[in-house]
Amino acid sequence: MFQPSPWRDDFPAIAALHRQQQTYLDSAATSQKPQALLDALAHYYGHGAANVHRAQHVPGALATQAFENCRAKLAAWLNAGSAEQIVFTHGATSALNLLAYGLEHGFEAGDEIAVSALEHHANLLPWQQLARRRGLRLVILPIDEQGQLDLDAAMQLIGPRTRLLAVSQLSNVLGTWQPLGPLLAHARAQGALSVVDGAQGVVHARPDLQQLGCDFYVMSSHKLYGPDGVGVLYGRSQALAHVRHWQFGGEMVHLAEYQQASFRPAPLGLEAGTPPIAGVIGLGATLDYLASLDAKAVASHEARLHALLLGGLQERQGIRVLGAPQTALVSFVVEGVHNADIAHVLTEQGIAVRAGHHCAMPLLQHLGLDGAIRVSLGLYNDSDDLQRFFDALDQGLELLR
Amino acid sequence: MSLPLEAAEALLRFAEAQGWEQRARLLMQMGDTLEPLSEAEKVEANRVHGCESVVWLVTEPRAKHWHFKAGSEARLLRGLLALLLVRVQGLTHEELAQVDLRAWFTELGLERQLSPSRSNGLHAVLQRMSQATA
Ligand SMILES: Cc1ncc(COP(=O)(O)O)c(C=O)c1O
Repeated sequence: MFQPSPWRDDFPAIAALHRQQQTYLDSAATSQKPQALLDALAHYYGHGAANVHRAQHVPGALATQAFENCRAKLAAWLNAGSAEQIVFTHGATSALNLLAYGLEHGFEAGDEIAVSALEHHANLLPWQQLARRRGLRLVILPIDEQGQLDLDAAMQLIGPRTRLLAVSQLSNVLGTWQPLGPLLAHARAQGALSVVDGAQGVVHARPDLQQLGCDFYVMSSHKLYGPDGVGVLYGRSQALAHVRHWQFGGEMVHLAEYQQASFRPAPLGLEAGTPPIAGVIGLGATLDYLASLDAKAVASHEARLHALLLGGLQERQGIRVLGAPQTALVSFVVEGVHNADIAHVLTEQGIAVRAGHHCAMPLLQHLGLDGAIRVSLGLYNDSDDLQRFFDALDQGLELLR
Repeated sequence: MSLPLEAAEALLRFAEAQGWEQRARLLMQMGDTLEPLSEAEKVEANRVHGCESVVWLVTEPRAKHWHFKAGSEARLLRGLLALLLVRVQGLTHEELAQVDLRAWFTELGLERQLSPSRSNGLHAVLQRMSQATA
């Protein structure tokens, strides 16, 4: 039975891609954008760009107001408590690097950092390199067959030496939600700071950060139907006060002399240089658009599509699904067929999916694979997209086998 | 400069191919013609980085030319490697320096496979080849 997306027409690129015979199933890499965002960018650039937080003139005041409104919208969207807890960065990756440098002063040789075995490179390498700089021990929390963090093991491994825990909310390879509640509570009880990588999770369930109880939460705008070049770092107020300035330049400074300077507190103190103004304003427009949707309807649409995707793969011969995906995406391999060959035949048929290690090489190694195909969904996908994918997969596999 | 015989034959076959399926079949057949690599040749030094699949390129100096061998676990990529080798195998250093490989793949109707964003890594193989023979 046809499962339409009521929101498909809100995303003009979907029709444009369709005219180019492209079926977009790579939203976990980046999403298509709603018309509301395109309008907001056109409006901002069409009505007068200006820098924020510096100029006294009218365009500057308007831009600053629009920019700061978006900070407030984000705080509300994430139920963050206050806008001062929202720092704009250039992406999830830069937010995580900000943390790995800004928190460095709090670590001593022999301290431990715990990360899960399924982290994206963005939430592994900044911590790995921090550990190497400071002589820390990086502790890898194992995952089970389903692709969930093994809670029992984690409780053992996170102890009094653990200074920081960094985990993702939703795996970008396995599509599994991680058991953050008990994990974060345990980390806090051990006196460890916690960092949640919400790059994927934020897209598929609106977070409630006051309830989640992490110290830091990180996301990228471009995966959440917003512009690229914008990331968000949320910090609990006390935790944020702990983050030292890491990049220096305009706007973050309080008073500057030739030989010394004093700096602003977060958020502005952590936003050196001109921020991505248009991007932030665009993200604000996307949030307004998302807030206008029936969240339950979106979630059940995504759940139905995910079930179709997973079911369709499971009923086909020789396909191995990675883990037990719950939301948004499914990664798989085909027995006896190289994933690069599958990617090739799908690309030839206009199916845009992702092949390879998905920026999680250690996880793929752990699974004994050198790559996998990932199909990922956005709220604009419909069941015809999946049908086209399955037809192309069947046709491609027939040829390759 | 005239095409090596095997290259001319391959070009003919690809020119006649209709649609992606036939081209994919031809690629698989081409891939089967690659000279096999020994285990000793599948070493880090011969591995081409920048490819999502494992790819090896072996460059052996001969009197007046280079002798190339290449391999991969991915079948269609093996086909692309074979098409590359039929174009460059046996050329003198001067001839090799003159070859426009982008034009070669374009003639074959396979230019899209060369884009730097393609994870198949053909792009990286070409870079490696030009470095190794520079
Ligand atoms: C789980 C996860 N974390 C972090 C990132 C990095 O995001 P960005 O590349 O936008 O900085 C990604 C993006 O692929 C991701 O999936």
